[in-house]
Amino acid sequence: MAEPRKPRVATVSLAGCFGCHMSLLDLDERIVDLLDRIELVRSPLVDAKAFDGEVDIGLVEGGVCNDDNVAVLREFRRRCRVLVAVGQCAIMGGLPALRNDVPLAECLEEAYLHTPTTLGVNVRRVIPHHPDIPRVLDRVYPCQEVVRIDQFLPGCPPRPALLWEAIAALVDGRAPSCAYRDFKYD
Amino acid sequence: MGAERRVVVRIDGVDCDAAPGEPIVAVAARHGIFVPTLCWSRDDADCLGTCRVCTIRWKRHHVAACALRAEDGMDLTVSTPELDDLRRGVVELLFVEGNHFCPSCERSGDCKLQALAYRLGIAAPRFHYRFTHRPVDARAQRLLFDQNRCVACKRCVQRFAGGDGHRVFSFEGRGDALRLAMDVARVDALDDAALRRLCDGCPVGALLRKGRGFDRPIGARAYDVLPIGADVEGARGGGDG
Repeated sequence: MAEPRKPRVATVSLAGCFGCHMSLLDLDERIVDLLDRIELVRSPLVDAKAFDGEVDIGLVEGGVCNDDNVAVLREFRRRCRVLVAVGQCAIMGGLPALRNDVPLAECLEEAYLHTPTTLGVNVRRVIPHHPDIPRVLDRVYPCQEVVRIDQFLPGCPPRPALLWEAIAALVDGRAPSCAYRDFKYD
Repeated sequence: MGAERRVVVRIDGVDCDAAPGEPIVAVAARHGIFVPTLCWSRDDADCLGTCRVCTIRWKRHHVAACALRAEDGMDLTVSTPELDDLRRGVVELLFVEGNHFCPSCERSGDCKLQALAYRLGIAAPRFHYRFTHRPVDARAQRLLFDQNRCVACKRCVQRFAGGDGHRVFSFEGRGDALRLAMDVARVDALDDAALRRLCDGCPVGALLRKGRGFDRPIGARAYDVLPIGADVEGARGGGDG
């Protein structure tokens, strides 16, 4: 009898710092158990950047700050049966969203024209724009304001125990039961 | 005990002994029933009734349990799935209305708003974030005032009046334009004990003493291990204790 197919999992980091992925690696030896139970198909952890079919669980780190993030998030929504927003950036924009009350032009001018590292260097006063470079959005959007999200795992980053419990519950097809001390926003 | 008059209030089916006119939040707490609160403090004589987080049901009305006073024979409901969700909605509104970046906030772990959200199990709010423009005011010598985190609970307005009766803080504007305004000279004139009381009284991270943030590691802060209200519920069975 053939072994039942392992759930296929995809992960991505949009406007995040990869801290949530680090928290996943922070499962320590349990990451071996995790990889016994799931198949990572499209993830920076396995260096696969394209989908090769439908996926059971999608984990999204980071908010949506440019048009490439929008396209990737929409593709995740199309491909993933269950889509999970992982971490504060995915849930509420996080620290990148601190720019949300500053007009975009001012943000770009500050970054490319007025910082100590660009003063005197960026003499032609260029703000990069090219079809190959993702276009920055007017503000950073939480993932649930762009696509439907099925589950939210808060934290900055989410505690490894919370990630473990949430993924295990999805794999087992049961409701997650997370401990109070693992459910935090920081 | 003497001859002082007592009344009986029924809360979630439990008969609770109370002094006439006692705030329902306090009656419930004495009997081990936690009613979530944000603006209410047992240190303040006057109830503020600004946050509505303590909404409960009395007869067919939704009322703030801090503003409701004990009368004999009251039958009150604190916990039903609908009421829990209503209170969760109120807390979610507070989160999306301001700019609450918990990961970078000095009050994180000690914040009552955040603790309530943990307790109510809010993973993400049902409303869209507003990302309102709110300035940070660092003009005062020893106080940082971050408007982004203010939930307009009014505690600081109520508690701090100078000797001449002028307030240190006040509200200006109305509706969603309502903002807390600070009198910098009067803040600078507060002594250290008053300043500490001011900042400790702020339920969120809007009023902070400068040079004081992040003084305890994660795990040692007020709401890291036990949820808000655990102290109240721990007293359950203790009767009037």
